[in-house]
Amino acid sequence: MSDASKKTTRREFLSAAVRASGLVAASGVLGSLVSRGAAQEYVWQIDPDKCTQCGECATACVLNPSAVKCVHEYAKCGYCELCFGYFIDQREDDTEAAENQRCPTNAIHRSFVEDPYYQYVIDESKCIGCGICVKGCRMYGNSALILQIRHDRCLNCNECAIAAVCPSNAIVRVPADKPYMLRTKDEDR
Amino acid sequence: MLRTVCIVALLVSVSGAAFAIENFPRPDFSEGYQAPEVTTPRPKAELFSYIDIAVLFLALMLSAYLSLKKRSRRDLLVLVVFSLLYFGFYRQGCICSVGAIQNVALTLADGEYVLPLVVGAFFGLPLLFALFFGRVFCGAVCPLGAAQEVVLLHPVKVPAWLDNGLRVLPYAYLGLAVLLVTTGSAFIICRYDPFVLFFRLGGSAGMLVFGVVVLLLATVIGRPYCRYVCPYGVLLGWLSVFARWRTSISPGECVNCHLCADACPYGAIRPPTPEPGTIDRREGKGRLALLLVLLPVLVAGGAGLGWMSSPMLARINDQVRLAERLWLEEHGQVEGQTDASEAYDIQGRPYMEAYREATIIKHKFDIGSAILGGWLGLVFAVRMIIASVRRRRETYEADVVACMSCARCYASCPVEHAGGSAKLVQHSERTS
Repeated sequence: MSDASKKTTRREFLSAAVRASGLVAASGVLGSLVSRGAAQEYVWQIDPDKCTQCGECATACVLNPSAVKCVHEYAKCGYCELCFGYFIDQREDDTEAAENQRCPTNAIHRSFVEDPYYQYVIDESKCIGCGICVKGCRMYGNSALILQIRHDRCLNCNECAIAAVCPSNAIVRVPADKPYMLRTKDEDR
Repeated sequence: MLRTVCIVALLVSVSGAAFAIENFPRPDFSEGYQAPEVTTPRPKAELFSYIDIAVLFLALMLSAYLSLKKRSRRDLLVLVVFSLLYFGFYRQGCICSVGAIQNVALTLADGEYVLPLVVGAFFGLPLLFALFFGRVFCGAVCPLGAAQEVVLLHPVKVPAWLDNGLRVLPYAYLGLAVLLVTTGSAFIICRYDPFVLFFRLGGSAGMLVFGVVVLLLATVIGRPYCRYVCPYGVLLGWLSVFARWRTSISPGECVNCHLCADACPYGAIRPPTPEPGTIDRREGKGRLALLLVLLPVLVAGGAGLGWMSSPMLARINDQVRLAERLWLEEHGQVEGQTDASEAYDIQGRPYMEAYREATIIKHKFDIGSAILGGWLGLVFAVRMIIASVRRRRETYEADVVACMSCARCYASCPVEHAGGSAKLVQHSERTS
């Protein structure tokens, strides 16, 4: 009987030791996490140099519509009258009619600036992130249109569902304080 | 004028470079044209993650209080529904503690990845609570557990041999998930999350099939995902061994009526062991000695098998598959291109780079697969040793590793209904 009670005591002592060390370890880890701050945490972003505009971004995201949108870097734009991101290749005329546009959702607004320049603005509420315009601009133009994950929408999933299917591994983790991979610097925009 | 420039540029670009950059210089606008601003909305405020941590902490406290102190199944069910709604449908099941295993593993393996505070808290807090109160996280906080808890209609007992066998699966899943994360291959726990599809109302067809199968099974088998899949349950179960406060079925003296064991849908209640005199101690000791000798053999054998299966496991990795495909294409052994190899070609990088990356990843898989195999060998050996070590139980007891703190057993206990006094009940059949 005394043997049995001694055993329980030893077991209890060991348990208490494990619990205490667990508490110490947890508070240590928590302390280091809190003191480090959140600035270095990571978010998902598309590397425009790797992106091949395969179209998965529009459908693979857990959000519908996708958190990926087309972003227009105006500093790189040529303001072409015949924008290859805007117009399809084979068309009857150069009007802004829907059948002449690349964008399947009419998310690009074209407006006259001065002869012969036109400005193109992406309406993000309509953009589905399919990348068709990005492909057009990259094939023939300045590559001023790129696909980017918009962080006001992105849920920052543990494993980005688009990254899981992206054929070119273009979706990478970037520091949360630099969450975009634009090719123009802040002062040039 | 511009049209001519465009056509010339078109002819130039079609002839070659896929990366056309600055084909058209930025125009010098005559009047002060101001380009619209390129907006870069920041990631969502951290405030939400602090709220999530606070809610998680309070829910864990409440779960521990309701299941261990107040012993109220009904109140616990309210918390279950709350957790399902908040962590599941409102927070859309991400971040979850189960998936957080992968982030912690990635932090340990990859020096560059920084563990977010909220992920660290979701990983650590339930484990810390398990150290003190057992699996109160599983009981009423985890949204995956909660979803299965509320659909359980008619629990069927899983035969002990099947239950014991299937309980090895979470160990294998845990090992595989860590292997795939540390080799930079995939977050499989997230990819095969059973219910995140319902929380978000969207996902792939495979996820839908898996989720529906788990939910249908959960109507007759208590928490199939938690018992036979969940890798986080492995960690929680083992830490629960050290719990200071744990489920004690009978508030007074147990009358060995086995009603609690019938009520437990998770097969987590162990009956009293037979009289010490009735078992052959020598045979048991011999078997234990054999198993202890067998342990290193099983670990080494597992490691060897793991090493051998490394090439197969490495093919889970995208980059390894891509490199194999590129090699086959380069050597003319296959026709055509896959999406991935086409995308690689468009990037214009040399094939050697892909081969080199794949070799590094394969090397990681060699080591990782051997460790995974050794781990599985260890799990088998330790489980057999535990099965052959008899601990004396005089009453019905909750198995601290398997108990999910669901509080069902209290409601079935006659002593509980008799006001916690064992004196009211005869227990002449019990030996003490």
